[in-house]
Amino acid sequence: MKRLVDWVDERFPLTATWKQHLSEYYAPKNFNFWYFFGSLALLVLVNQIVTGIFLTMNYKPDANLAFASVEYIMRDVRWGWLIRYMHSTGASMFFIVVYLHMWRGLIYGSGRKPRELIWIFGMLIYVCLMAEAFMGYLLPWGQMSYWGAQVIISLFGALPYVGNALTTWIRGDFVVSDATLNRFFAFHVIAVPLILLCLVVAHLIALHEVGSNNPDGVDIKKHKDPKTGIPLDGIPFHPYYTVKDIVGVVVFLMVFSAVIFFAPGLHGFFLEPNNFIPANPMQTPPAIHPLWYFTPYYAILRAVPNKLMGVILMGCSIVVMFFLPWLDRSPARSIRYKGSIYKLALVVFLVSFFGLAYLGMQEPTPTITMFARIFTVGYFAFYLLMPLYTKMDKAKPVPERVTFHGQSAAGTHLSFEPVAERVAK
Amino acid sequence: MKKLIGLMLLLAPLAVHADEGVKLQTAPVNLENKASLQRGAQIFANYCLSCHSANYMRYNRLQDLGLTTDQISQNLMFASDKVGARMTVAMNPADAAKWFGNAPPDLTDIARSQGANWLYTYLLSFYRDNSRPTGWNNALFKNVAMPFPLWQQQGEQKLVVDQVTGPNGKKVEVDHLVLAKPGTMTPTQYQAMVGDLVNYLVYLGEPIQETRKKDGIFVLLFLAVFFIPAYYLYKEYWKDIH
Repeated sequence: MKRLVDWVDERFPLTATWKQHLSEYYAPKNFNFWYFFGSLALLVLVNQIVTGIFLTMNYKPDANLAFASVEYIMRDVRWGWLIRYMHSTGASMFFIVVYLHMWRGLIYGSGRKPRELIWIFGMLIYVCLMAEAFMGYLLPWGQMSYWGAQVIISLFGALPYVGNALTTWIRGDFVVSDATLNRFFAFHVIAVPLILLCLVVAHLIALHEVGSNNPDGVDIKKHKDPKTGIPLDGIPFHPYYTVKDIVGVVVFLMVFSAVIFFAPGLHGFFLEPNNFIPANPMQTPPAIHPLWYFTPYYAILRAVPNKLMGVILMGCSIVVMFFLPWLDRSPARSIRYKGSIYKLALVVFLVSFFGLAYLGMQEPTPTITMFARIFTVGYFAFYLLMPLYTKMDKAKPVPERVTFHGQSAAGTHLSFEPVAERVAK
Repeated sequence: MKKLIGLMLLLAPLAVHADEGVKLQTAPVNLENKASLQRGAQIFANYCLSCHSANYMRYNRLQDLGLTTDQISQNLMFASDKVGARMTVAMNPADAAKWFGNAPPDLTDIARSQGANWLYTYLLSFYRDNSRPTGWNNALFKNVAMPFPLWQQQGEQKLVVDQVTGPNGKKVEVDHLVLAKPGTMTPTQYQAMVGDLVNYLVYLGEPIQETRKKDGIFVLLFLAVFFIPAYYLYKEYWKDIH
């Protein structure tokens, strides 16, 4: 075995790669609950790819056959129902996991210098994921697939001059049709996943280059063992975080399986009832709204009376997130040492985001539109006013070392004594 | 925050499924009741399958309900002679659209798109309306194109409109259905029959669902057991980290 590894190592950096990314990648030892979701996102990605491969073996990307082929998978293919539910539940779980992963970045300032590129790669992954989910949703060719695609593609029509030509170019037809289904299939199964995988690799390379942030937002590379050069608060990712992540994976799989086996549609949240009706271009369903993970942005779109402005604002709601690392001017990265203004702003953001998500599922009424406008303002205020309020905010002094089990690594109780004093000790 | 998510998940379905008008009745769905499913399959084959298809369902799948292929082909197959065939319908959809105004929808997934309670209430809500081409109307689905195939069993219902004084003192019209001419069944018997049919339609929407839930218990048990070594392995490795 050793000789085989040596043989490979002379030709390919196998051991070196293993060490660099796992056994000698030193991660802060104080990761908490929020740090499970990165590896879980990777797990769900693998789940989507593997189940996706098996689905394509029986799925037919043809407007006349697509719906029936999905039913064939659900009824006649052995374990087809399980593969399909793993894929459809996986899509929603992907967004849940990614939203929690992004939330972690938000509260601990993970994208702050020097991790801006990690955040940007992450945002690009998120945008790809949205494209992937949107195109994948057309494939079962149900009523919601069809009309959802029709509505979203028509948004491009709001652009001046090129709008109409652009929508026709996207669809490959004047309406959503077989041509659209075929190209969305191509994008969904190969083009977007390929980009997604490259971005995930870039995300991880960038992460391992600068090292992981942690709930304290302190830089563990400042305090290294003088002999070994290993950060004092760092532990090798493998085996410490691999065994810890296995626990997270088991708990996650319990939730995942509970949905797959006992409520695969999750009351219309993961599979919409209307999508069990085959696509009918002649009959618009009474209500069209996207699946839950898009509803915050959909609510922003509808909150604006002018269609073009709505589309622009919806685009801005995603674009603004890219700038997060530069918007935060607080001396502290982590919420643990940020002041009360930031915490208040975060509550406003959370209420706005969930509020918009909820409103995006409702039929618009004047009250709903009014609330959607308030929440839209709340959503943008969180980002755009961030340079101001994080500067005004009174941050607590950030400790030199990470805190672990309620204790700082230096052995003293978690306290907010000034850095200078601590250094003096 | 977790509480907030929980609350939203709880409240949202109420808002999504809020239907105006008729209050839906609860369908007696019990997929473990094989006798009810068999009766439902019989009613389905006799009364529904002549106009509606169930294109994605094969006859021999009904072995799920405890029937043999012989029983299936002798009692339930009127439109096909191969037991592995799908439940298609001979009627041409274009002709059907001409005759009824709308082609009768395929019923394979009808319980998944409409829900059991909607179907149950719908089948109890037909009433006589001579202004309609079929002579029938439906309190839940206004001006429905479908004629009422179960009228002999239920009899004829009539829509009665009452003037009621509402809470704000205004007169409001409230309508309800009364049985004007009894059918061959009592109302209780008819409800049981529709209950069996809806039960079968729920099965039809996802024949695997009972197996799925049973498999799920094993999967969750496995994960629960697997959690124990995973957790102690983590504790063992981490006991040196201070």
